[in-house]
Amino acid sequence: MQQDYTYAVARIRFRETKLLSDADLGSLMASKDVDSCIRLLRDKGWGDNSDCSPEELLSLEEKKLWELVAEMVDDMSELSFLLAPNDFHNLKVAVKCITRDVEPYDMFITNAIADPEKIYQAVKNREYDELPAFLQEPAKEAMTTLLQTSDGQLCDIIIDKACMEYEYKLGKESDNDIIRLYCELFVACADIKIAIRCAKTNKGSDFIRRALAECDSLDIDRLCETACEGRDAVLAYLGTTEYRSAVDAISVSMSSFEKWCDDYLTSVMKPQKWEPFGIGPVVAYIIARQNEIKAVRMILSAKLNDLPDETIKERLRDMYV
Amino acid sequence: MAEILNNSGLFFALLGAAVATFLAGIGSAIGVGKAGVAAAGVLSEQPDLFGKVLIFQLLPATQGIYGLLVGFLILSNVGLLGGGVEEISLLKGSLYFAASLPIAFAGYFSAVHQSKCSVAGIGTVVKKPDQMGKALILPAMVETYAILALLISILAVNGISGIQV
Repeated sequence: MQQDYTYAVARIRFRETKLLSDADLGSLMASKDVDSCIRLLRDKGWGDNSDCSPEELLSLEEKKLWELVAEMVDDMSELSFLLAPNDFHNLKVAVKCITRDVEPYDMFITNAIADPEKIYQAVKNREYDELPAFLQEPAKEAMTTLLQTSDGQLCDIIIDKACMEYEYKLGKESDNDIIRLYCELFVACADIKIAIRCAKTNKGSDFIRRALAECDSLDIDRLCETACEGRDAVLAYLGTTEYRSAVDAISVSMSSFEKWCDDYLTSVMKPQKWEPFGIGPVVAYIIARQNEIKAVRMILSAKLNDLPDETIKERLRDMYV
Repeated sequence: MAEILNNSGLFFALLGAAVATFLAGIGSAIGVGKAGVAAAGVLSEQPDLFGKVLIFQLLPATQGIYGLLVGFLILSNVGLLGGGVEEISLLKGSLYFAASLPIAFAGYFSAVHQSKCSVAGIGTVVKKPDQMGKALILPAMVETYAILALLISILAVNGISGIQV
């Protein structure tokens, strides 16, 4: 039976009014230091009553977001496409920490499908059956590869590709347009990043083919061929796809492309502000809130490191409201 | 055989009263429930909007009342409320049944769709409380068709009572 999101969307309509606007980000950037920024954020309802560091404030906001979602949504499995990448990140942390015999400390992301500590223990004891089904194979393969080859990059590729394939599968299985669109963009953007980086570092076709994951909006064979030829060939190919507007951003820098990906996602999510039913507004709100946290993190880091406003401005994402 | 046919007339008249109340009532129950869920979501964030969201929740409730009104009129016309049940022909009973159909179906569908409009209106009021009037007019437009159906059902029921068939 399809889940009813009427209650969740009504709550989100109110929460959307509390999201930071471009003007709010401007005020944050105009603040003279981190403390002033935090004061401004507190006035906007960020954090709780306790004093906390900027990093703790951001973690708290992320935690509050997922607590709100858990409160509103009965069955979180429909949102697993947003959480699963965090599980793959946690798996990567677990595999690397175990093989290097170091403690993971606070490298885990807590907002995930599986408990990070359980992932760590399961990988450590080689009890892969204890892991969620989608992590079992990549965990086994990554662990074996890292132990046999000590090649951290190869281990990353195995887990990242498994993540992309899982997202692609979730998109294909979903009957919701927003979920399908998100998953497709997730995989396509990751493929483009891989192709550009591989072209820059002159990786061979076997390596590139192994790293790229299948998606509908890109011809992976073509992307692989062009990545072997070089960055310009990749850009020329992208110019013939629906990602042609990303070519200028990639030409500037990879961070500029990452901003393009987030802005593109925000632009396709914006119509959800007027959608009264379905999971779409919930997904759009979660993405908007994560973007907001990302933007605040950038501003706070820039304030801490005395970076010029221009550096922040060119990296700030478009806001949902 | 003649007795059975006469009783069938009363049966169809009763069926008409039941269908009008039942279908329009179900539509209203679904509609009020759906709008209520959205209203509860808003109230958990902004309790001071109670008065405004309550109006939106009540909008789809009217179709149930219209169905009840038509049902009541049919029962009254066949004498079931006054205690003196008339002998009603099969044709007349069927006519009462037919007269109940406009409000039964238009009531059901308009209540369900009005609730969708109400939910959207609740979303508008949360973001822009000063746009309450405009947000209210949109679901109220759906009401027009329930009122038209009610009018036809009432005219038909009253017209049938005067026919000798």
